[in-house]
Amino acid sequence: MMDQMPTILMLAPFIGAVGLSLLAWRRPAAAMPVVFGALAITVLAAVLTLREVLANGTITYLLSGWDRLPERAAGMAVGIEYKIDAFNALVLVLIPAIALINALYLRTRLAVECAGKEILYAILYLLLVVGLCGMVITNDAFNLYVLLEISSLTSYALIGIGRRRAAHATFNYIMTGTIGASFFLLGVGYLYIQVGTLNIGDIHEALMASSELRELASIKVAAMMIMAGLWLKMGLFPLHGWLPNAYRYAPTATGSLMAPLVTKVMVVVMLRMMVSLFGLDYLFAELNWRPVIVGIACVAILAGSFFALAQRDIRGMLCFLIVAEVGYMVGGAWLGNEAGITGAAYHVLSDACMTFCLFLAVAAIILRTGEHRLSAFRGAFRKMPVAMAAFTVGALSMVGLPPTCGFFSKWYLLIGGVEAGQWHYVACLLISSLVNAVLFFRIFEIALMKVEVEESGSFDVDALPEDPEDRWERVPVGTIVAMIVAATAVLTIGLLNRPIASFIATWIGQAVEVAP
Amino acid sequence: MELLTLTAQFEWILGKSNYWASTVLLLIGLHAMISKNNLIKKLIGMSIFQTGIILFYVSAGAKHGAQIPIVHYGHDSHESHDKAAHAAEHAADAGQQVAEAAAPAANHAANHAADATHTLGETLYVNPLPHVLMLTAIVVGVATLGLALAMVQKVYAAYGSIEEDEVLDAIADSTADSTVDSTVDRTVKGTPEA
Repeated sequence: MMDQMPTILMLAPFIGAVGLSLLAWRRPAAAMPVVFGALAITVLAAVLTLREVLANGTITYLLSGWDRLPERAAGMAVGIEYKIDAFNALVLVLIPAIALINALYLRTRLAVECAGKEILYAILYLLLVVGLCGMVITNDAFNLYVLLEISSLTSYALIGIGRRRAAHATFNYIMTGTIGASFFLLGVGYLYIQVGTLNIGDIHEALMASSELRELASIKVAAMMIMAGLWLKMGLFPLHGWLPNAYRYAPTATGSLMAPLVTKVMVVVMLRMMVSLFGLDYLFAELNWRPVIVGIACVAILAGSFFALAQRDIRGMLCFLIVAEVGYMVGGAWLGNEAGITGAAYHVLSDACMTFCLFLAVAAIILRTGEHRLSAFRGAFRKMPVAMAAFTVGALSMVGLPPTCGFFSKWYLLIGGVEAGQWHYVACLLISSLVNAVLFFRIFEIALMKVEVEESGSFDVDALPEDPEDRWERVPVGTIVAMIVAATAVLTIGLLNRPIASFIATWIGQAVEVAP
Repeated sequence: MELLTLTAQFEWILGKSNYWASTVLLLIGLHAMISKNNLIKKLIGMSIFQTGIILFYVSAGAKHGAQIPIVHYGHDSHESHDKAAHAAEHAADAGQQVAEAAAPAANHAANHAADATHTLGETLYVNPLPHVLMLTAIVVGVATLGLALAMVQKVYAAYGSIEEDEVLDAIADSTADSTVDSTVDRTVKGTPEA
């Protein structure tokens, strides 16, 4: 039973989704229990897998028992292989856990925002989790592409199910997403033609073994295409055009699921491509792309921060902050030293938690006040203390104050930047932190000081929701629990910085040791 | 003879015509996706783009004169030997007619046919894996296209047009006139509130 955990992890949400579509088509009441049940099993399986990995090291799982070929046939993989190392296992716990906690919030919103489509939404929600987990767990390049498309297709639908403006935003996302995934597929094709296998570990070994292969232009083109495809998918500036509108006009529960997870999982895939597929030696010793990519990341950080500063819409502001955070992670990963990659991997975890925290709190505040602009925060500390407490924790983490996780991951990124001598990256990180501070302290000021404006009743009537029944009198218990858990996670990941960092360092160490 | 030297000179185009064709398709598709104003034309571009990639993969698995990769069980060795030899001959013929790049493979195939018994040599059958991969990619493409068409319908229902500039104008109008869509978009209006 224990050694089947990797498949149980993938199958639980998948069977949940298929079961819903077959058995519960006309029973919207079944949607949420199935989502909770399936995700709870997934979280449990992921935690058990993590424990196993901690005890016995990396797990390799050959799907449906397709063994590797014998030595005389180069020992290549035949079927699809799952590979769970230390970092993967952590991300695998994170994905279903965030989806499960977000389901507490989704429960209160499903019937309101997706009336008549509850079952469809629940199916897509579970399939998105399958796609995201699959991208992290699989060790097969083409399988990775398929799961990338599964998560993309479900996220297009999860966004498009939303309000009027969502349709056009989704169309743009489909266009960009398809180009990104196709570039990835093309890159995998180049690798396959040159190396003759799709298994990520086998491709890596072949690249390490033969210097002729490494010098081929087509391998370089493959690296370029895979990276470009992933950057499109994660929304690295200037390829971020689809991101703000898509997350802003999506149903609120979609926003709070996708904003923390989708871009971050793409960063995880990029890290795996860098560390496990091409290998750091190849990328940094033989290709000299570091100055260019760190430069792009710097521009992304600055552009994201200043666009966020210019936004008056709260969710729009958070979306541009994501653009800046993607810049942090891509820049950190391409610094090419251990501290930088540790920082990038750590920032994946911490950014997922703090973005989740912020999106939940903001969704609660918007729904309570009916306002989309910063003025929604008037008197918020008194009206909704829990939401504002969660918001404060998330905001302080974005700014980078200890003991929140944002401080520690940014610290590793800074060390990496200093060690690599990339001073412009260091400067951009610091400037962006200052901009975040301005951004969030402006909100705190509104929340603390502008109470009397709210009391005098000068609310913007236009800003109320179409349906007055939609306004909450109070924040539901489920959302409060979700916010508390998210805020606790931000603090916990911060306080556990030492074990997590050493964990990630071991992961990088193992990956480098494999390379001769 | 002159024709042969001529073809040898243009080997980098003729010998790789499949890759050139898929590249041209990719570029046509990309151009349509980026520069067309009509949403349906953008989708047509997307389909062409994906077809380019499918062609790239499928042609990478193809070989001149090779068979389908099925092992003949339940036949006597004589028959399968004949088949293999026949295939090799065919391969050799094809190899001489087209670009020189194919010739070594065909020679190799002919040599291989001599000791082919129960199984086919690896040069005699096409590589099935890229084709199988593309079945999945085609399914993904169909799903994407269907979803995108549904979104175009939603856009048309909301704004009464599938021309991108008109849709963007309609979005800008509904933003400026807050009574139309009051909950959705208030960023552009942006009254100073701080």
